[in-house]
Amino acid sequence: MASEGDRRADLEVAGRRSRLLGELRTGAGRNVAIAVASTTVVVVALGLAITHAPGWPEVRKTFFDGHVFTTSFPAIAHAFLLNVRIFLIAEAVILVVALALAVLRSLPGPVFFPLRALAALYADLARGVPTILVIALLGFGAPALGISWVPSSVVFWATVGLVLVYSGYVAEVYRAGIESVHPSQEAAARSLGLSRWQALRFVVLPQAIRRVVPPLLNDFIGLQKDTALVGTLGAIEAFNQSSIDTNATFNYTPYLAAAVLFVAITIPQARFTDWLVARGRRRREAGRLA
Amino acid sequence: MRKVLIVAVAAGLVAAAAGCGSSSSSSSSSGGTSSGATPPALTSRVGACSKGNLGNALVSAGHLTVGTDNPAYPPWFGGNPPKGSKWQVSYPPSGQGFESAVTYAVAKQLGFTHSQVTWTYEPFNKSFAPGKKDFDFDINEISYTPERAKVVAFSDSYYDVNQAVVVKKGTPISKVTTVAGLKPYKLGAQLGTTSYQFITSNIHPSKQPAVFPQNAGAVQALKNGQIDGLVVDLPTAFYVTAVQVPNSKILGQFPTQPGGEHFGMVFEKGSQLVGCVNRALTKLRSSGQLKQLQQQWLAKATGAPTLK
Amino acid sequence: MADAVRLEDVRKSFGANVVLRGIDLAVAEHDVVCLIGASGSGKSTLLRCVNLLERVDAGRIYLGGEEITRRGVDVNAVRRRIGIVFQAFNLFPHMSVLRNVTLAPRRTLGLPRAEAESRALELLERFGLADKRDEYPDRLSGGQQQRVAIVRALAMRPELMLLDEVTSALDPELVAEVLEVIRELAAGGMTMLIATHEMGFARDIATRVCFLDEGVILEQGPPERIFTAPREPRTRRFLQRIVEAGRL
Repeated sequence: MASEGDRRADLEVAGRRSRLLGELRTGAGRNVAIAVASTTVVVVALGLAITHAPGWPEVRKTFFDGHVFTTSFPAIAHAFLLNVRIFLIAEAVILVVALALAVLRSLPGPVFFPLRALAALYADLARGVPTILVIALLGFGAPALGISWVPSSVVFWATVGLVLVYSGYVAEVYRAGIESVHPSQEAAARSLGLSRWQALRFVVLPQAIRRVVPPLLNDFIGLQKDTALVGTLGAIEAFNQSSIDTNATFNYTPYLAAAVLFVAITIPQARFTDWLVARGRRRREAGRLA
Repeated sequence: MRKVLIVAVAAGLVAAAAGCGSSSSSSSSSGGTSSGATPPALTSRVGACSKGNLGNALVSAGHLTVGTDNPAYPPWFGGNPPKGSKWQVSYPPSGQGFESAVTYAVAKQLGFTHSQVTWTYEPFNKSFAPGKKDFDFDINEISYTPERAKVVAFSDSYYDVNQAVVVKKGTPISKVTTVAGLKPYKLGAQLGTTSYQFITSNIHPSKQPAVFPQNAGAVQALKNGQIDGLVVDLPTAFYVTAVQVPNSKILGQFPTQPGGEHFGMVFEKGSQLVGCVNRALTKLRSSGQLKQLQQQWLAKATGAPTLK
Repeated sequence: MADAVRLEDVRKSFGANVVLRGIDLAVAEHDVVCLIGASGSGKSTLLRCVNLLERVDAGRIYLGGEEITRRGVDVNAVRRRIGIVFQAFNLFPHMSVLRNVTLAPRRTLGLPRAEAESRALELLERFGLADKRDEYPDRLSGGQQQRVAIVRALAMRPELMLLDEVTSALDPELVAEVLEVIRELAAGGMTMLIATHEMGFARDIATRVCFLDEGVILEQGPPERIFTAPREPRTRRFLQRIVEAGRL
C-alpha cells in the first residue's frame, strides 16, 4: 500500500509533469523545442555530409584510427604526466605572482607611480610577446649564457616562461576583479580603522577573487595547453609524444589521443568552476544598496 | 509546431543533398585519384614514362613538381638562395646538394629539362597528410618504414642510411667507444626522423631522450649541454659538426641495421609515377651515376668510426 | 572640557563643485546633533570629512581636542575612535554577521578572538540580532543589515558615531526598528552626528538640529525652535516642503 511519502512524491511528479507540459505549450517551451530540433537536425545533416564525402574513408583512417589510438595512447598518457606536473606548479606560482602584480598596479598616490608603471609595463610585455618566443629564449638562451649555477633543465625554464607570461594575463584578471568590488566596501573597511593593506586583504581581495574565478579558469585552461610548448625544447610531453608517433606512422590519430586527454581534464575543471560560481552568486549582491 | 516542421523538412533536404553528392564517388579507392577507372600501370608500356605520357599523373602538366622542407640543409641541398627567395640556408633549384642532384638526374631520365622542375615548400608534417598532394614527389631525408608505407608510396632507396652520434669535444661522452657506453647519457633526436626510434630500440638509454621539432632546437641543446649527444643520419652529422656546432665531432656511426635503413621519395598512395621514378633510379644505379653523386656530395660521410 | 568634535571653517570641493563653504560646528559629549537639509547640501560630505574619508581643502577638525586634520596624523587610529554607518549598509558580503562585527576589533584593536566574539555577541543580543550571528548579509532584511552595520561600528567602542541617512534606503516598515536602535544609543549617552530626512525622529532625539544649505550651516538650534519657529526664510521654505510632502 502506498505510504504518505509515496503519495506525496507522486503528487509532486504529477505536478512537475503537468507544469512541463504547460511550459511546452507556452512560448518559452515551444522556442526551446524548436531550438533543440533545429540544432539536432543541423548536426545530423553535417554528420551525414561529412561521412558521405568522397575523401571520408581516408580521413577517417588517418585521424580516427582505433588501432593506432589504442597503441599510441599509453605512451601519450605517460608523457601527459609531464604536462600535468608543469601546469600544477605553474598555476600555483602564477596565482601568487599575478596577485602581487595586480596589487602593485592598484597602489594609489604619486609616490607609488614607478611601481604602478613597472607593473603595467610588465603586464604589457608578458601578454604581447608570443609565449613560444619566451620559452625558446629562456629554455635555450639562459643555459647558453654558461653561468654555472643557472639551471639547464628545459622543464624548469619552460615553467618559468609560462609563469612569466601567464602572470601578465592573470594579473589583469585580478585587477578587473579588484576594480569590480564597489569602492564603498573599501570605504567601510577603512572607516572601521583597517589599514589599506588590511582592507585589501580581508575585504576587497576575498570578494575580488571570488568574482573572477571563471576568467581565471579560462586562462588556466589555456596554460594547460601551452605546456605543450616545452616540446620545442625537446622534452617529451603529450603533444611531442603524439608527434613522434604521428611521424613514425604517418597517421595523425595520436594527436586525437592527446586531445582526448586535454579535454578530459578540462571538463571537470569547468564544472567545478560552475559550482563555485553558483555557490558564490548568492552572496555577491548583499550589503549593497538594495 | 509549424515552424518545427519547416525546419525539419529543410534539414531533410540538406541531408539528401549531401547524400546525393557522394554517391558518384563511393566506388573510388581511398585517397587515390578520383577519375573513375584506374588506367593500366604506365610502366608496362614502353616509353610510357616519358614526360609526354605522364600527363594526367602530374600535379602540373609539363612540370615535375618536387616538394621539400624549409630550411633545406647541406649536404642534401646546396647553393645560396638568391635575395628575396623563400628558401633558407640552401637553394633546391640550384641542383647542388645530393637530393637536389638526384632529383634533377631522375627528372632528366623522365624527360624533364632543368627548368621544367618546380620546387615547392612542403613542411614535413604536411607531406603525409591525407588527400591530394601538391607535389609529384617529396624528397626530404624521409626514411622508409612499413607503417609509413601504408599511408604513402615510397620510391626505392636513393641512399642507404647509417645513424651517427654527434658530441661536443672534451665532454665525458666523447670518450665512449661502444654502443653500450652511450646508455647513461642524455641523447637527443629530431622529430620526424627515425633517429628517436633508433635510440629507444638500439641504445636503451637510462635517461629519457629529448626530441626536438626543429633542427635549430636540437643543435642549440647540444651546444648548451642540455643533451650530451645528438643522433642524426651520417651526412647530417657532418653538416652539424662542420657548420652548426663548433667544437663538436662525430663520435661514430652505428653499424648498418639488418634490413638497412634507406631514404625514399614520398608519393601520394597509388601514384602512377612511382614505377617510373623507380625505373629511373635503377638506371642511375646501374650506370654508376648514383654512386658518383653520392661521392660528389656525401664523400665525407663515410669516414666516421663504427661503434659496436 | 573639550568638545567631542569641532569643525572650524571646513571647506571641501570636488573639482569645480564646491560642496562645503566654511562649516563651523561644535558637538559636545553626549550631544545628538541632527543635520537636515536638501540633497546635495553637503551633509554626507561633512560626515565623510569628519572621519577623514575625504580630505578637507581648508579648515580644521578636532576630535576630543586633538586636531585630526594636521599633517602626519595616524588616519587609521583616528578612524578607530569614530564609528560611521552608511546609507547602503556596506556589510561585507563574504563574511557572516559575527565576522563582520569582529573583524575590526580583532585586526585593528588586537583583541583575541574569544574576547572580540563575546563583545560582538553582547551587542547583537542587545539589539535582537543574536540568532543571526552565523547568517550572511544576503539572508537579512534591510533593517537587520543596517542594525548589524550599527553594531559593527559600536564594537569598536567609538567616542563618536556618525550616521549618514541610515534609514533612507529602507522600506518604511523597516525604518522603525533602526530608529529604535539609534534612540537607545542616544539614551545611553553616545555622542552622535546624524544626517537624516526623518524629521519626526530628529525632533524626538536631537539635542540640536543644524540646517545645511548650500555648503554652510544656515541655522542651528534646539529642535523645538527650528521646527516650529525657524528664523531664516530658506529654513522655513525647506520645512514647508517637508510638511507638504507629509514627512513631518
